Amino acid sequence: MKSIPVSTTVNGDAVDFVCAPGETLLDALRNRLSLTGAKEGCGTGDCGACSVTLNGRLVCSCLVLAAEAEGAEVGTVEGMADHDKLHVLQQSFLDHAALQCGICTPGILVASKALLEENPEPTDEEVRYWLAGNLCRCTGYDKIVRAVQDAAAKMRSA
Amino acid sequence: MPDVTPLPAATPIRMGSNAGQPRTRADGLLKVTGRATYAADNHPAGMAQAVLVTAAIARGRVTAMNVEAARAHPGVVEVYTPANRPELALEPDAKPSFFSKLTETLQDDTVRYEGQPIALVVAETLEAATEAARLLAPQYAAETARVGFDLAPYAPESVGFGFPIEMSKGDIAAGLSEAASTTETVVETPPQYHNAMETHAIVAEWKDGKLYLDTPTQAPGMSAAGFAAWLGLDPADVVIRSPFLGGGFGSKAAVVGAFLLAIQAAKLLDRPVKLALARHQMFGHVFHRGATRQTIKLGMDAEGRLTAIDHHTTAVTAAFEEFIEGASGAARTTYAAPAIRASHDGVRNDVGVPGAMRAPGEASGSAALEIAADVAAEAAGLDPLEFRLRNYAETDPMSGLPYSSKALRECYAEGAREFGWAGRPLAPRQMTDDAGMLVGWGVGTATFPCPMFGAEARATLRADGTAVIETALIDMGQGSWTAMAQIAADSLGLDVEQVEIRGGVSDLPDSGVAGGSGYTATLGLAIDNAGGDTIRQLAEIASSDPDSPLHGTGNTRVVARGGRLYAQDDESRSESYADILARAGRETLSGEGKGARGENDANDHSFQSHGAVFAEVKVDPDLGQVRVTRLVGAFAAGRIINPRMVESQLSGGMIWGISFALHEGAEMDPRTGRILNRDFGEYHVSVNSDAPSVKVLTIPEEDAFVNPLGVKGVGEIGVTGTAGAIANAIWHATGKRVTSYPIRLEELLDL
Repeated sequence: MKSIPVSTTVNGDAVDFVCAPGETLLDALRNRLSLTGAKEGCGTGDCGACSVTLNGRLVCSCLVLAAEAEGAEVGTVEGMADHDKLHVLQQSFLDHAALQCGICTPGILVASKALLEENPEPTDEEVRYWLAGNLCRCTGYDKIVRAVQDAAAKMRSA
Repeated sequence: MPDVTPLPAATPIRMGSNAGQPRTRADGLLKVTGRATYAADNHPAGMAQAVLVTAAIARGRVTAMNVEAARAHPGVVEVYTPANRPELALEPDAKPSFFSKLTETLQDDTVRYEGQPIALVVAETLEAATEAARLLAPQYAAETARVGFDLAPYAPESVGFGFPIEMSKGDIAAGLSEAASTTETVVETPPQYHNAMETHAIVAEWKDGKLYLDTPTQAPGMSAAGFAAWLGLDPADVVIRSPFLGGGFGSKAAVVGAFLLAIQAAKLLDRPVKLALARHQMFGHVFHRGATRQTIKLGMDAEGRLTAIDHHTTAVTAAFEEFIEGASGAARTTYAAPAIRASHDGVRNDVGVPGAMRAPGEASGSAALEIAADVAAEAAGLDPLEFRLRNYAETDPMSGLPYSSKALRECYAEGAREFGWAGRPLAPRQMTDDAGMLVGWGVGTATFPCPMFGAEARATLRADGTAVIETALIDMGQGSWTAMAQIAADSLGLDVEQVEIRGGVSDLPDSGVAGGSGYTATLGLAIDNAGGDTIRQLAEIASSDPDSPLHGTGNTRVVARGGRLYAQDDESRSESYADILARAGRETLSGEGKGARGENDANDHSFQSHGAVFAEVKVDPDLGQVRVTRLVGAFAAGRIINPRMVESQLSGGMIWGISFALHEGAEMDPRTGRILNRDFGEYHVSVNSDAPSVKVLTIPEEDAFVNPLGVKGVGEIGVTGTAGAIANAIWHATGKRVTSYPIRLEELLDL
């Protein structure tokens, strides 16, 4: 099997790994770098459980080849908290009970962070449509919108 | 171990200050930081990756597979097919437990549904296994698949889990023929697939004579016993680790063949093996909600009071195995009538075995019955809420037993007030918004039973006065890590921070089944009893110790609070747990408890949770597009242990109701029996932008009879009532009665 060496940055840390040509970024993160926060919910880019950022852009890591991470900056849920200090969004999700089983949660947090970086004051509808690609089978969604809006308000006044 | 505490007839147990608090999710921190470990996140050293190969026809035989090509692919370790299938201790068709269904372990070349396992490929990497699976390129001899309702019906053995196929009371024929008016409504519900966000996964490792499994299960004890039976092992040698499930919804309780194959591969290859199903493989091998066609005949007197409810369900089950969606059960539990018949028959399709999916029976049944009730209300010229109140069941409609508690009237009233139901125009198509959308309001009655399964727990006080609860607790998102700690703390007279829960592993006391909305009641009772047993022993030690301030109190005349025992009639006499244990020279003190329904309780009362769901929809008159714009649910479900978790369960259930009403359904190709939409691109579940603002009200309800905790359960009831409320709101908006779920815009193009 051919293998491809990749030098990349994940959550600010320089990382080198070797991957197969057809390997997804999701599988490389999970299996080679032990970053299992991103989940495979579908493998077809429909559910958003594998959401990460690639050079600041929100992507489904199941649709990105690991080799594409060469020279890029990857952001995952593991990079959101500052050591023991949770990101405002993470705390807000806890406060608003915006998670249940937790499989979709890492992807939704990463996607919400990407939203607020682009649009710090979204309407409810903008939150709902931005997160429409992040399926959740448990919570009922409304709490997620409340959590994002509350975090957005706190981040604006911080 | 003490026996199950008999049910007192007076009031529910007084609980301490922990139960009832909206505590933050105990497992939340792990989950928001990505550190919660689910089955597929495990990666033991030396692990090989398995990929399941599933059938691409619905009925027939596999005639050839290119095993050589697959084996030759670099990185492939082994390819299992019927030719070299691993031996099992049981016959392939054995069903080792009550919940077992026939499954496939490569026993032969027969294909009985699309998505059935036909091979397992094991390789060094997932990529190599995936490619080798493709190289197998199976050839088939396909037979004509049996699809849909229009096949010869048969009389099933039972409905759901062991219910009779028909239950009735009164004279149905007279109730219909002597009615002032009758209605007949036929409603179809599609096959639905659980699709928990975590696909089924297993990491199997044999080590030191034991089998370690990281796999999500809703029933660790039962699953361990099931795996052990199939594999010819002592159940004590199977250890399942299942601390977090990425959702279950009923699909993760029974042993499935794919998992047995992965376990056998790990044994034969002498290395750990991981198998995670791909999303498309969630459509077939791991259960689903079977399709139904329901015919509901209602008779009414001149005032709109029901004289007869005749609810018949034709349920689709598998050609080779039976699970009948007990949809007609809704007729026995929802409205009062002198004559009620709830009957079922089945038709056999070439599909995977149906099973329990969130609110099995009730979800489909309520989705149909609530439309039928609306049709009847329209025929009687009554407001739909008034119709439901007129047919309010004061006692169990079928058995006549009194309810252990029933605050449904309050649910209707509070829900209607919150929604603003008053003033709703009786006729349809009377309301529009500023954008010209047709606006409609609908209501549905929610109800779900309160079963209890057996569970066990152990409580241990430690020398420092803190405690640990041990039970094979699982949490599939419902919040059991959190709620059980609250119950435990109250039973031990401690603060919740002083109680550690050890769970998530099957070699602890059996936590029973997280299903049927009965987990908090059942396991909670086991924990409460374990805590109570421990405190009783502690009191005995103190009471019989002349040096204790509590000497002579006896174990019934003390109260446990804040880590101390107090004499009931003289609170100046008290001693801390730590001091009592220290003087007795005890490092620890353990008690045990069981949770189950009392033997005769069900003879005296009917146990149901209730609710009322109000929906507003807006329908585009030109495009037929439906938006649910408001949803209010008011539920009475006994004691609420953690309002924050409960609200989440109920609102999540209501979103399932939206999904049922508007989105979900497998599309079967009538020519091939294949499912056309086996992915999240086309099998639609409600997404964030489909969801409105959801308001959940919990109506206080004290229940002295359902169980000593007074807990009823909230996991499933949110689904019931909601789908019907939305369907009825669509009628109210448009004047068009759509009776086939999901309700899609093509049904509403001719407005």
